[in-house]
Amino acid sequence: MSDLAAEILIAVGLAFDLFGCIGLVRLPDVYNRVQAATKCVTLGTCLILAGTAVYGITGAMSIKAALCAVFLLLTSPVAAHAIARGAYKSGVRLWEGSVIDRYGEEVHPAGPPAERIEPAAQTEHTVAAGREPHE
Amino acid sequence: MKQVLCILFTFGLWLLLVAPWPVNAYWADVLVGLVVALLVATLLSHIYPDNPHKALQPRRIFWFLVYVPYFLFYCVQANLDVAYRVLHPDMPIRPGIVHVRTDLTSDMAKTFLANSITLTPGTLTVDILGQDLYIHWINVEGQGVEAHTAVIVKRFEKILRRVFE
Repeated sequence: MSDLAAEILIAVGLAFDLFGCIGLVRLPDVYNRVQAATKCVTLGTCLILAGTAVYGITGAMSIKAALCAVFLLLTSPVAAHAIARGAYKSGVRLWEGSVIDRYGEEVHPAGPPAERIEPAAQTEHTVAAGREPHE
Repeated sequence: MKQVLCILFTFGLWLLLVAPWPVNAYWADVLVGLVVALLVATLLSHIYPDNPHKALQPRRIFWFLVYVPYFLFYCVQANLDVAYRVLHPDMPIRPGIVHVRTDLTSDMAKTFLANSITLTPGTLTVDILGQDLYIHWINVEGQGVEAHTAVIVKRFEKILRRVFE
């Protein structure tokens, strides 16, 4: 009986992991992808761990699986936050279909760093191109 | 005092991870655990919460136990929501980053709020600056800080205030 319950939990967990991966492929930009990956993969993996815990209900395996699930629930949103914030700060833009960007308007009014770097890089390129005939 | 609690907590976790005790946990394991616990306590005890005695108040434990199923419900709902958007042929998304405000002040409460927001339907915390949170929302509804705060933050704020503040 508990074997069946464990197998059902693991199967549902795998299905959610799969949805997360499909989201990673189909969604348009890094922020939407992080959303799909974080939510589905966190719950999916927690369900797989819960299945493992039910499977070994009497042993130490359950304790370890439960601990892993708690750590995963605490750390994976932090990782997602770090990825999204890092992406924004290093100049990854939102998908062009996005409807609002209050973060850009209020915190980075000068635009993402990449936009600010672009003109300088262009100048350097022009200078380099200008040098070529002399050589 | 804080270091001692940190050592006990880390060492307890270690003992759980090396279970089952009579079979796997030799003295070497326990010794390594003690060394690691001491090391962690020395290097990282400053990031542990300042008032650990708060965690033992029955009122806070009660509200935390209310919070866990409440959060898990939204977590499952979030997953079904993402699964629907991802599998739908037209991919009904309307993404954007919105600005919301919170009344919570302690670091622990804000951390849990941000984590809860990230794991609930369609929202992802991008940055926290003081009382302002910037949230990436996969399907933006409504207009203005007040409306967005009402939808995203209010459902956790009440319980988290009772647990952590």
